Amino acid sequence: MSQIKKIHDMLTSKEISCKELTQKYLDEIEKSNGELNAYVNVTADTAVAQAEKVDAKIAKGETIGLLEGVPMTLKDNLSTKGIETTCCSKILTGYKPIYNATVWDKLENEGAVLLGKTNMDEFAMGSSSETSYFGGATNPFNTKHCAGGSSGGVASAVGADIAAYGLGSDTGGSIRQPASFCGIVGLKPTYGAVSRYGLIAYASSLDQIGPVTKTVEDASIVYDAISDYDPKDSTCQGRKGDLTFDTVNNDIKGMKIGIVREYLDGVRDDVKESLLNAVKVYESLGAEVIYFDMPAIKFALPVYYIIACAEASSNLGRYDGIRYGFKAEHYNGTHDMMCRTRSEGFGDEVKRRILLGTYVLSAGYYDAYYKKAQNLRGTIVKAFDDAFTKCDFVLAPTVPMTAFEMGHATSDPVETYLTDICTVPVNIAGLPAVSIPCGFDDKGLPIGMQLIGNKFKEATILGAANAYEKAAGENFKDTKWGVKL
Amino acid sequence: MKYELVAGFETHVELSTKTKIFCSCTTAFGGEPNTHCCPVCIGLPGTLPKLNRQVVKYAIMAGLATNCEIAEVAKMDRKNYCYPDLPKAYQISEYDKPLCEHGYIQLSNGRKIRILRIHIEEDAGKLVHAHGDTYVDYNRGGVPLIEIVTEPDFRSVDEAREYVEKLQLIMRCIGVSDCRMQEGSMRCDVNISVRPEGSDKLGTRTEIKNMNSINNIAKAMEYEYERQVDVIENGGKVIQETLRYDDASNTTSSMRGKEDANDYRYFRDPDLVTILTSREEVEEIRKTLPELPEVKKERYVEEYDIPEKDASLLTKYRKVSEYFDEAIEGLKTPKTVSNFIIGSIFRRVETEKDKESFDVAVSPKQLNELVKMLEDKKIQNNLAKKTLEKMLDTGKPCTEFIDESDLGGVDDNALAQMCQSAIDSNPAAVADYKGGKEKALMALLGNVMKQSRGKADAQAVRAKLIELIG
Repeated sequence: MSQIKKIHDMLTSKEISCKELTQKYLDEIEKSNGELNAYVNVTADTAVAQAEKVDAKIAKGETIGLLEGVPMTLKDNLSTKGIETTCCSKILTGYKPIYNATVWDKLENEGAVLLGKTNMDEFAMGSSSETSYFGGATNPFNTKHCAGGSSGGVASAVGADIAAYGLGSDTGGSIRQPASFCGIVGLKPTYGAVSRYGLIAYASSLDQIGPVTKTVEDASIVYDAISDYDPKDSTCQGRKGDLTFDTVNNDIKGMKIGIVREYLDGVRDDVKESLLNAVKVYESLGAEVIYFDMPAIKFALPVYYIIACAEASSNLGRYDGIRYGFKAEHYNGTHDMMCRTRSEGFGDEVKRRILLGTYVLSAGYYDAYYKKAQNLRGTIVKAFDDAFTKCDFVLAPTVPMTAFEMGHATSDPVETYLTDICTVPVNIAGLPAVSIPCGFDDKGLPIGMQLIGNKFKEATILGAANAYEKAAGENFKDTKWGVKL
Repeated sequence: MKYELVAGFETHVELSTKTKIFCSCTTAFGGEPNTHCCPVCIGLPGTLPKLNRQVVKYAIMAGLATNCEIAEVAKMDRKNYCYPDLPKAYQISEYDKPLCEHGYIQLSNGRKIRILRIHIEEDAGKLVHAHGDTYVDYNRGGVPLIEIVTEPDFRSVDEAREYVEKLQLIMRCIGVSDCRMQEGSMRCDVNISVRPEGSDKLGTRTEIKNMNSINNIAKAMEYEYERQVDVIENGGKVIQETLRYDDASNTTSSMRGKEDANDYRYFRDPDLVTILTSREEVEEIRKTLPELPEVKKERYVEEYDIPEKDASLLTKYRKVSEYFDEAIEGLKTPKTVSNFIIGSIFRRVETEKDKESFDVAVSPKQLNELVKMLEDKKIQNNLAKKTLEKMLDTGKPCTEFIDESDLGGVDDNALAQMCQSAIDSNPAAVADYKGGKEKALMALLGNVMKQSRGKADAQAVRAKLIELIG
């Protein structure tokens, strides 16, 4: 059942006060965060202050909103006024934004209780959260394994029930992959459905903020709360259509599900098997499954790494030690200060991507890399357009495997890049996709699958995901951690 | 050997929109450092630009006023370079799809200076060196600019001078910029090369920056022309480089720093959407464009019989021509208004800046009333001029200074009497005049004018005096 609705009911029925509930979450964070490393900054005081406000409202007999008083968390790349926002990079240590990200403005207005900021790969560059300046977040199912990345902290916190829900960001799979690793739900909305204003940019044409939740219903509630037109973001068109959960069609009889053969290439057997089991569930619910090829998918990974790195190399140019964040201690003149600040402030993965991005945009290489990648991006967009003439949504593995062991991802960057193969096409094409749990491997680590929809078809994929959750709820498991509602 | 100068201009013009190009901060000049700033224009992490549509409109106006074609589809790109005055480490500009292209400005010698492109972009902040430290002020960061790029069509310094003046006139007239070079709201970079006269090959060019007046541009070009000719004459080669003009020594010197062999790694800014301009929108804007100074000047000369030099002065500042247009309404002699503006009012409005704002104590309507009286022969020219001075001193209408007794001409009898009186009391002058000294008549004339308190018609007095002296 929806965590958000459950909490809402508990609060309105006065089963528990918001302050008590918030304190419970804070206590559980205190107990588990040493091992999980999900939070990099716990904002206990503001959380309690907000909870007291909610309690006062309830005491006065006022009605409260669905998200009001629900303890949650934000990935540390979402700007929070007056609260340190570091992107888990040394270079932004001490940086306290003077404005709120639009998504946080919205949730704060709804009365959300912010427990703290969660761990992530530095500037969202990575697949295990281990490029974080604060060390990696671990997996609540098995802390020898990583929580995934880049939104590993949010996924770990939600998976471990030390936050009722959270917001992450997804540039190449950064919501879906950790959600898959941690056995929870992660929605990457359509590009332009949620305002990016205040999301510290990694790759602007791919970044999108989305919910990380325990259930599909929660994802839908949070998505409805944050998706809106925002005049501050030119690329934001808002939610085109109705609120997703009220209108989702849980009856998927007659729906056409597409299975793209290329998505199954190189996928670990147990992961593939879980997916095919899910296909059977859908068939039993009356959906029609069609198989087809999408050769363009093969280009997705290089296209992603070229475009993402190119944009990152430009987006990260502003970190120079002059205005905010970390500044090298010893230097000789402005130029030297900038060089030292960056050399000392950025981690290896970030440097690697800045170098790659600078290279592909350089005179003489632009045409061979960046321009070609942009052209191929068009090819991928078109391939999906074609696919959605054949099916209502595409069902695919989220990641070809389950959560890596800690330390594995950083030991071989290129091999780790390859594990993004299933998630990046969605970002390239600007599509919505939701990852939901669909099984466990022999070590008990969760396996995820993603439902990919056409642009602004969040209602379709959330409806279908909800139908699966109802039919195969055994795949949505709690861990030993956190607040038991 | 004789050498021909070849030059092209890149001119940055600050647009006078109220707010910046990507945020709603004020564009006002000056202000305490870093007070005209917000998270967007200081490039805080996570902020996004939002294009101010007024900037697009102003750029289209500039394009139309310089005969450009306006693109239906344009886009913004990032120009990446790292410098402390550029808080995002990239400038948002337009690289390969500028808003305006293929225009021209025609010079008085008939030559057309082709305009390659006009694109919009954001200004950077500026570094302030004080107390042995360097500070950065982002007030100017994000102020909208257009960059107007010409083909290398200039063949003389005079052409360059005329071009810059004309560009200033046009931009001011259409109201998109005040084009104040001293304040930096207009900045010119000149590409310059020389070649043997008659050659059609372009020589190696240098780029001169940092000239803050038209005179400096002219001086810098002259200097650089001579320098390049010297280099070639002495068997050397001109090196392609960026030069800084030094006003004090009137020399150019090589610039080091951010321009050093930069690869700007241009790419489309993913934070901004495509700029679409419909043909209807462009035609709407075209309709609202005011009459351009050049056209207006010609009209003043032809319709109002105003000397070309005076017409130029009247059309040089938008406010002045607006004042003139309003003041001549319903009058038969616009030329008189022109004379009053240039002869009297301009003496009180001396600086460029004052002419630009043209804040005059006498309203166009008040001037109109005064000239109307003159046209109706109610008062004479001298009195009108004196009255105008008083009006300018006080801001009061002409009726305050002209009483009943001033009004109306002097009738013939009275005039004859006054003339006779002048002759009678100045026998010496009469004798001189009779002896052939034409000028002696002036003393008599002055006497009559004094008697009539300036309201007698000087021509009539003169005729009467001659008649009476016989």
